[in-house]
Order: sequence, then C-alpha cells, then structure tokens
Amino acid sequence: MVEIPSIETSGLGRIYKVRAAQKGEQKQLVALQDINLKVSPGELFGLLGPNGAGKTTLIKILTTLLSPTSGWARVSGIDVSKNPEAVRQRINMVSGGESSGYGLLTLRENLWMFAQFYGIPSGEANQRIKALLDIMGLSDRANTRSAQLSTGLRQKMNIIRGFLTDPEVLFLDEPTLGLDVGAARDVRSFVRDWMNDDPRRTILLTTHYLVEAEELCDRVAIINKGRVLACDSPAALKQNLQKESIFEIHLDTTQPLDAHAFDAIDCLNSVHLQPVDNHTVMEVYLEEEAAVAQVIGRLTEKSARILSLQKREPSLEDVFVKLVGASIEEVENADSPAS
Amino acid sequence: MPTLPPVKTRHTGWMLFWMTVWGRSYPRVVGMQRERSWLFFDIFLPLMGVSAYVFVYRAIHAPEDYIGFVIVGGVMIAYWMNVLWGMSSQLYWEKETGNLALYIIAPGPLMACLLGMAVGGLFATTLRALVGLVIGSLLFNVNYTVVSFPFLFLVFLAAMIALYGLGMATSSIFLLLSREAWHIANLAQEPIYLVSGFYFPIKSFPFWVAAAGSLIPLTLGLDAIRQLVFASGPSLGFISVPLELGILVVLALVFLFVSYLLLNYMERLAVREGKLTDIRS
Repeated sequence: MVEIPSIETSGLGRIYKVRAAQKGEQKQLVALQDINLKVSPGELFGLLGPNGAGKTTLIKILTTLLSPTSGWARVSGIDVSKNPEAVRQRINMVSGGESSGYGLLTLRENLWMFAQFYGIPSGEANQRIKALLDIMGLSDRANTRSAQLSTGLRQKMNIIRGFLTDPEVLFLDEPTLGLDVGAARDVRSFVRDWMNDDPRRTILLTTHYLVEAEELCDRVAIINKGRVLACDSPAALKQNLQKESIFEIHLDTTQPLDAHAFDAIDCLNSVHLQPVDNHTVMEVYLEEEAAVAQVIGRLTEKSARILSLQKREPSLEDVFVKLVGASIEEVENADSPAS
Repeated sequence: MPTLPPVKTRHTGWMLFWMTVWGRSYPRVVGMQRERSWLFFDIFLPLMGVSAYVFVYRAIHAPEDYIGFVIVGGVMIAYWMNVLWGMSSQLYWEKETGNLALYIIAPGPLMACLLGMAVGGLFATTLRALVGLVIGSLLFNVNYTVVSFPFLFLVFLAAMIALYGLGMATSSIFLLLSREAWHIANLAQEPIYLVSGFYFPIKSFPFWVAAAGSLIPLTLGLDAIRQLVFASGPSLGFISVPLELGILVVLALVFLFVSYLLLNYMERLAVREGKLTDIRS
C-alpha cells in the first residue's frame, strides 16, 4: 500500500503584494518559490533558515492561514486550499513568542478553552491538561492567571496547547524561543518522546537553533530567500562536508581582517570572520588539512595573535554556510534595515 | 517521562459548534468578573453620567417617568458600549494577540467563536446592567409598572440578538479596516447615544429621524421596553410594541445572516491577501 505523506508540496510559491514607499504603488515580495517537499508520517522534519527565508510563510500555507499563489500543498493527503476544514481536524500549531489565550484566565482554563475548539470533551481535556502540566513541570501554576506568568512559562503553556489536541501533524514555529536552557531541553525531550509514542505523528519544526535541529530532526530542509537549497538528514548533509577540514581560530583582535588576504592559499575553500566580544572568531574551510600552516603564516604576517586553534567536525551551521556563502547571523544582519 | 495517550473523543458538527461557543464565551462569563474594577468603571462612572440627566429633568420638573427613562437608557448604554468595543473591535484585537490565527486553524467554526464572544459579552454586560439598574432605581426612587413580563423578555431578547448580530457583522468590517476602525467606533459612539434616545423618548424626533435611528436595534428595543415598564410609556412610544418586536426580529435575522456572510468573506479575503497575520516570513 502506498503511504500518504503527512506533508507534500509541489511547485509551491507565495508572492505578497506590499505597499511601496510611493503612495498608491504596489510591489511584489517573493516569499516562497518552487517548494517541493515530502514529509512522511513519523518524521520530525526541520526547516532551517534565517529570518525572512520563508519558513513562517510555508507554515501559514500548510496550516490553512494563507493561500499559495502557485503550486499546491497537502497535509495528510488533503489539499490545504481546497479543503481547509478537513486539514484543520488534523493539525495544530505553536509559534515562539505568541501571546495566545486570555490573561484573566488561569493556565488550566486557557488550555481547556482551546480544547473546546477541537471538540474534546471537558473530562478528557482536563485529564490531558493535568498530564501535560505534570510533564512540563507546571502543575503548581495550573491555577495562576496567565497574565501573571513569565514569558517562558507562557511559552510552555503554548506548547502544551499544541500537544493537547494530539494532532496528526504539528507545526512548531521556533517553539523554544524565549525559553531558558533547561526549559528548552525539557521541551525537546518531550517532543522526541511524543514522536516515539506513536509512529503516525509528524512534526514540522522551524528553528534558528541549529543544535536543536541537529538533535531533534530526522531530516532538515535548508531554506533561504524562499527556496529550498538542500534537504536530507543532518548526518547526510554534514557528510558532504566531511572531505573538508574545518578550523576554528580565535584571534586576539577586534580589528577587521580582510578575508581576501587569504585568497592566495591554494586549498582554501572559504573564510568567515565574526567579531565576538573582545576577539574575532575565524572559520577556515580547507580542502587539505596541511594548508592550515599557510593560514597561520598569513595571520602572523598580519600580526594577528592566535588565542586558540582547533579542528572541528562539520555542523549544520557549516552546511548552511557552504550552501549560502554566509552564516545565518550574517544573512540576517545583511538583510536588516540597519545594515 | 510519562507518555500521553491519544485523544479518545472528538466531537464534530453541532456539538463542536456549541462547544466552541461555550469555550469562547468562558473568558467573558468567568474571566471578566475577576477584575473587580468593573464595579467602578462599569457601574459608578455610568451612574454619574445618568445622574446628570436625572437632575436636569428634576430641575425642569419633567414627569417623574422621565427619571425612569434615563435610568433604563443608561443601563442600555452598557450594551451598546459592549457591542462597540467588545464585539466590533474584538476580532481586530484577537488578530493582534495571535488568537485569531489559532481560532482559524482550529476545527471549531469561526462563526461559533464570534457567537461565543457575543454570548459571553451579553452575559457579562447583563450582570453590570442589572447592578446599575437596581442601584439607579433605588437611588432615584424609580417606579416600574410592568405590563407583561413575557412580552418584556421577548422584546429584550430580540433587541439583544439584533444588537449583538450587528456587533458580529461589524467585527469583520473592523478587522478589514484595522486601525481605521477605531476612528469609526469613536465616531459612532456619541451620535448613537443621540439617535437611539438613551436619555429621552425618540418620539421627540421627527418621524424619519426616529425611523432611521431604528436601524440600530437598541433604539426600538429601548422604546418598547419603556412602553412596557412605565405607566406613561405607551403615550411616549414611537410605534406600537408588537410592531417594534416584529422589526427587531427581522433585524436580528438580517444582522446574523449578514455577519455570517461577512465573516466568510473576510476569512477568504484574509487568506488570499495574507491579512490574518503580518508579512513575517
């Protein structure tokens, strides 16, 4: 029997019409173009990319909040544009930093209210709420008004709201945004356990945190400027970089170094310089490990003092850098109005 | 870490519709009573406004029933304020807080959410209106002569369904107009006080002004209620109570139907244009 994908898109695109600076004029903003994805039941699929890459637009289309301007998308085999009501029976969504619910209601009441919108009887809803509050360590806050909760605790409430309805496909859009390290770890652990409990469950996760994607996702799609640049398991994506040697060099300087100063080195694939606090982190991608000596020599010529040097295994960040030519942070800084 | 079993029961159809209505009315039925400040803002302040008219009528030696007219009118203002600020502008606020997107992706119908807001708002406002009515009546010694309680209940019910139906219809318009809607709401507030005859019988208006004002359901509802609870009410009424009741029923049906159409239109347009959420990607 052919398995129906939990999420499937073909040639999916979205163009926004936005007001131009000049009055009365409109310009087009291409948020997504030609997205072709297939996510199977039981998969925890990640979308990685900087702000403005198109991740949230894709989630909005898949959750029936936005119609595509080209192509099609299906969730659990149902077209999101043609039959949104049927899709809504099967999904839920949690966004990082959302302020859903009502501050005058307690945490338990807010969750109960959302359960009503999914037709879950009060008795069963309350049992599930209790279980989820226990798991998330919020039992002692069950009767606290949500207006009195910290941002982190409110985000935990939002995450419970997403899992409460036991959706076939859950969309998590930056779910650990605003959570401290411990809380984010709890959430990741719960997400993994929830997936392991039932092989039919599917999660589409967008995140800035590459470590989170590496830890959680079975497969990831790297997306930038509305296009999917690569899609595979984190291990397979990193495998392609294994033939390179990556060195991370910490330099005792905040003075800008010219990356082109290293162009003459034969086996050098790319160099990235990032000022951090009172020093500079230099990432060097080499075809031959031995070429690091030339890099050190060039740094010495430039009178740059090396604080530390280490060879490291490639990460998803490296994959992103390889594909886009810049880190997520660099892309976001380049796109920000201040730059 | 303990596991979470799958959901056993998921209601659909009408059961889901009513569960959504009840779920969305809950924040207003229960939550809104928790802020005790409503006693000051929703009872004391409106009573001060009403008192000014009471003293004006007493100063000019108007018939004593006019005092009752003002008290009942003042009470009904609470409903208009709730419809204007708690219904019409509510979807806009729900959009701003992110709740609207969650309502839309939930299987419960958006119309049920809107109805839940109306039911909750009606309950919370009735609580405030009753307290205001009792205090105002005791304070100014108002005498009521109720002709028929069932008829009074029917008129009130029809007026409220029509009024909240109007609020449901305008909420979609306000959502599309976004921030401009605030100006419209502000503009609508005082003129409606005037044409709905909150502080005087609308019979004082020329016929066509009163007829135009009757498009706001509170106008006819208030006029009919006054005719049913005050001895001099019928002589100061605009048109007969049965006719007013008939018009209110028609208005209720029309506004509910229009709100259904507008909500569907708004949702389609918003999904097409990407207006339910900001252009964040």
